[in-house]
Amino acid sequence: MMLDDFMIRAALAGLGVAVAAAPLGSFVVWRRMAYFGDATAHAAILGVAVALSFSMSIFAGALVMSLIMATTVSTLAGRGFAMDTLLGVLAHSALAFGLVAVSFLSGVRIDLMAYLFGDILAVAKGDLAVIWGGAALVLGLLAWRWQALLTATLSPDLAYAAGIDPRREQLVLTLALAVVVAVAIKVVGVLLIAAMLIIPAAAARPLAATPERMAVIAAAIASVSALGGLRASFEFDTPTGPSIVCAAALIFAATTTARGLWRKRRGARAA
Amino acid sequence: MRLTETPLIETDGLAVRLGGALVLHDVGLSIDRGEIVTIVGPNGSGKSTLLRALIGALKPSRGTVHRAEGLRIGYVPQRLHIDPTLPLTVTRFLSLPRRHPTSDVRTALDRAGLPDLRTRQMTDLSGGQFQRVLLARALLEKPDLLILDEATQGLDQPGSAAFYARIAEVRGELGCAVLMVSHELHVVMSASDRVICLNGHVCCEGRPEVVAQADEYRALFGSGTQGALALYRHDHNHAHDPAPEAVE
Repeated sequence: MMLDDFMIRAALAGLGVAVAAAPLGSFVVWRRMAYFGDATAHAAILGVAVALSFSMSIFAGALVMSLIMATTVSTLAGRGFAMDTLLGVLAHSALAFGLVAVSFLSGVRIDLMAYLFGDILAVAKGDLAVIWGGAALVLGLLAWRWQALLTATLSPDLAYAAGIDPRREQLVLTLALAVVVAVAIKVVGVLLIAAMLIIPAAAARPLAATPERMAVIAAAIASVSALGGLRASFEFDTPTGPSIVCAAALIFAATTTARGLWRKRRGARAA
Repeated sequence: MRLTETPLIETDGLAVRLGGALVLHDVGLSIDRGEIVTIVGPNGSGKSTLLRALIGALKPSRGTVHRAEGLRIGYVPQRLHIDPTLPLTVTRFLSLPRRHPTSDVRTALDRAGLPDLRTRQMTDLSGGQFQRVLLARALLEKPDLLILDEATQGLDQPGSAAFYARIAEVRGELGCAVLMVSHELHVVMSASDRVICLNGHVCCEGRPEVVAQADEYRALFGSGTQGALALYRHDHNHAHDPAPEAVE
C-alpha cells in the first residue's frame, strides 16, 4: 500500500502540519504573537518529558503542557504584564526545565534530537492519523470563528461593540496553537515549530491583498516548503525538519525581494 | 415596534476603574431612539472610558449598563491602528464583522461621499477617507445606536463640518440615535439635541443652549465658548466663505 513508503508518510505528515500551521500562523503574525508561539512550543518539551516518565502518549503530554503554557500566557497578557520580557522568561525556562526533566529519564538522551528537531522520516500510520486529525480540528476551528477572529484581531473594541467577546476568540487561537504544536513535534521538532507558523505567513504577506488570500497563499508556501525540504534532505542527506524551515526561509527571501523590486520599478515608472 | 418605549441604553450609578484610578463614578444617563447626544468634557474626564463601558469593552466596577434587547451598536473609534502585516482592502474591512452584498458595500461608499475605493488597501487611505470608511462600516450594520469617539480627529474644519452634516443626514435616514464625544464644542453643540457635560461624573446635561449657560459648564470651559457657539451658528450660513472671522 502507498502508506507503506516512509517518504510518502513523511510527505503527508509535512503537508498536514503545513496546511494547519500556515493559516494559524497568519493570526500569530497579525496579532504579533511570535514569542507566544515560541513559549507554547518550548513548553511542549516539558510535556514530552512528563509523557515519557508516565508512559503516556507524547502527543497527549505535549498537548496538555502547551495548553497550560498558552493559557497562562494569555491570562497574564490580559493583566497588563510586560509581555516581551515575560514571554522571553517563560519560553526559555520552559525549554530549559524540559531539557533537564528529559535528562533524568534513562535511555531518552539519544532520542532528544528527535523531539528538538523532529523525526519526520519515522512517522507511522498512527502518527499520520493524529496529525491530520489535529489539522482538521484546527482548520475547522479557524473556519468557524473566522469573521469573529478577524474582527477581534483588528480591534477588540470593534469586536465588543459587535457583541463579540475578544477573550473567547483569543481562547480559540490558544487552543488551536496548542494542537498545532502537539502535532508538529514529530515533523519539525519544538525548536522550529514557531518557524512553520511565522515564516510561510510572512512570505505570503507581499503577495496578498486580503486576509483570506494571505492564509491560503501561506498554506501553499508551507506545503511547497515541506515537500521541497523533504526532497532536499533526501538528496543532500541533511536533517529534514531544518531543511523544511530553510526552504520556507528561501521563499520568504524571494517574495520579499520580489516585492521590493516591483515597488521600485513601479515607482521609477511613475516618476 | 421593538426598542420604541424603553431607552436604547441606560447606565445607573456607573463607576469604572482603570488601573486602580477611579475614572468614572455615579454616571447615570440614558439614550433614547433617534436623538443626537454629545458628550463634552476636558481631557481625562472619562469620555472615551464611558463609551468603552457602554459598548461592553470595560467592566463597571460599580453600577450597571443596560442595553435594550437586540440593540445594534455601530462604533466608530477614535483611531484604528491596522498592523502592516494584515492585508485589508476597503471591501474586506466593510465586511467585518458581518459580510454584506457587494451592492450594499458600493452604496455605503457612495453615501459616505467616497469614490470607488473597494480594492484599495485600508493603510493607503488618507485620514479623511479612513474616517469616512470607518463610519460607512458602522452604518452597514444598520445600527440602532451610532457611537462616535472624536471621529473627526485629524480632519480640517470643513472636513469635520461635512462629517457632522453627514451624521445628521444618517440620523434622518436610519432613524438611529447618535452618541458622540467631541472636543469641537462649537460644531457639536449646535448639531446635538442634548449635551452631557462630563468630568468624572455628569456635571450637567440638557439642550445645548441650556448647558452652555450652566455654571458647571462655564467652570469647565470658561464663558468664551458661548461666543464660539454664536460664531459657529453665523458661519454655518457661509460654509465655504473664507471671510476673516475676527471681523464678526
